[in-house]
Amino acid sequence: MATLQVELVAVERKIWSGEATMVIARTTEGELGVLPGHAPLLGELAGGGVVTIRTESGDDVVVAAHGGFLSVTERGVSILAETAELATEIDVERAREALRRAESEGEEPEALEAARRAQSRLRAAGESV
Amino acid sequence: MAASLRALRRRIRSTQSTKKIFSAQELIAGARIVRAQARVEASKPYAREITRVLSALASSASLDHPLLTERENPRRAAVLVITSDRGFAGSYNVNVLRRTEELLALLRQEGKEPVLYVVGRKGETYYSFRDREMAATFTGFSEQPGYEDAQGVGSALIDVFVAGEDDEDGGAGADGILGVDELHIVYTEFRSLLSQVPVAKRMAPLEVEEVEEFDYEREDRESGTAGDSGVPTSYEFEPSAEGLLDALLPKYVTTRIYAAMLEAAASESASRRRAMKSASDNAEELAKNLSRQANQARQAEITQEISEIVGGADALVSAGSAD
Repeated sequence: MATLQVELVAVERKIWSGEATMVIARTTEGELGVLPGHAPLLGELAGGGVVTIRTESGDDVVVAAHGGFLSVTERGVSILAETAELATEIDVERAREALRRAESEGEEPEALEAARRAQSRLRAAGESV
Repeated sequence: MAASLRALRRRIRSTQSTKKIFSAQELIAGARIVRAQARVEASKPYAREITRVLSALASSASLDHPLLTERENPRRAAVLVITSDRGFAGSYNVNVLRRTEELLALLRQEGKEPVLYVVGRKGETYYSFRDREMAATFTGFSEQPGYEDAQGVGSALIDVFVAGEDDEDGGAGADGILGVDELHIVYTEFRSLLSQVPVAKRMAPLEVEEVEEFDYEREDRESGTAGDSGVPTSYEFEPSAEGLLDALLPKYVTTRIYAAMLEAAASESASRRRAMKSASDNAEELAKNLSRQANQARQAEITQEISEIVGGADALVSAGSAD
């Protein structure tokens, strides 16, 4: 079966790379699934989003990716994120705490940013926001 | 004589304790280099990917973004200098600051007024001591810069650059903010453990650095379909190519600042380790010389005491025989 070569990199380190059968992400235009053979595409990921990578074995790698880009080429998919975290590494309690704090700070741009970051982490961890 | 021996011993003790500080610093710096190098490596995949995305975008979008266009009559240029927060790093800061002075002189020669942005306490002290105006300073993270620090610096610079777009002769433009027309960065490039070179680069207007492995994208273009932006290309864009460029370029600038900061941090630790190594070697040498002197002084003292006793005994003997 055809696979995609997926690279997920955050600014400070590479988060995940390997073969996958499908990548699901949300760009600013809407939800998007990438299968092998997808037309080349550049997209901006929506804030507070979650990227799901379905590996060959059928497992899902769920990543909270905030502020990034998705680039699909013939060769594979690269996802660039300013901050990204694997769902398995996310501390739900801390993310909730961060969200509460950010929401209490009101409408400042930084607080909104922080809130979206926290939301993306919670969503990736399978919590409802 | 006894006084000088005591003084020598005191100096030996103080030299030895400073040597302890030096070698501790050396060890810390040595450990930090390894970590800093690892961080430089870890940041490379992102830098590579963002450059690739940007070159793909640049080849298809019409490039009229303010960060990419050369301004007709550049008057002011922002210069970002990356220095360290702490000293004890040999010629590290001196070299960066010297390189900066060269750049400033060059900019003035070209009729541009330089505006200083300084990272690191040492650079801040240097310029404030000389009563030179700094637009902004950023301190407290020179050894272990995080991406958030780079974001803070980056957004300040991009804001002032964008504000400079509508500036007229010598005055602020429609937005009432006096901006700049160029962005430069001076930092220390980490070539190897032994060689760190201060470099000055222009960040904006931006030239996208091409990546080497670019061929597969050309293949894409041959086999792909036209994107929805109307430009002949293989890429589809979500949102539009222009929208993407708007979002990407500031991040690209920030990534470059971040990369420069990481390199500078690695260079700082490498310089510090080298400086501390020679300082502790010197201290050891000094302690050795001093203890030689101290031994000599001690022996001279003993010799003198003996000859005094012998002289005294002789005098007693001769006095007794005279009786």
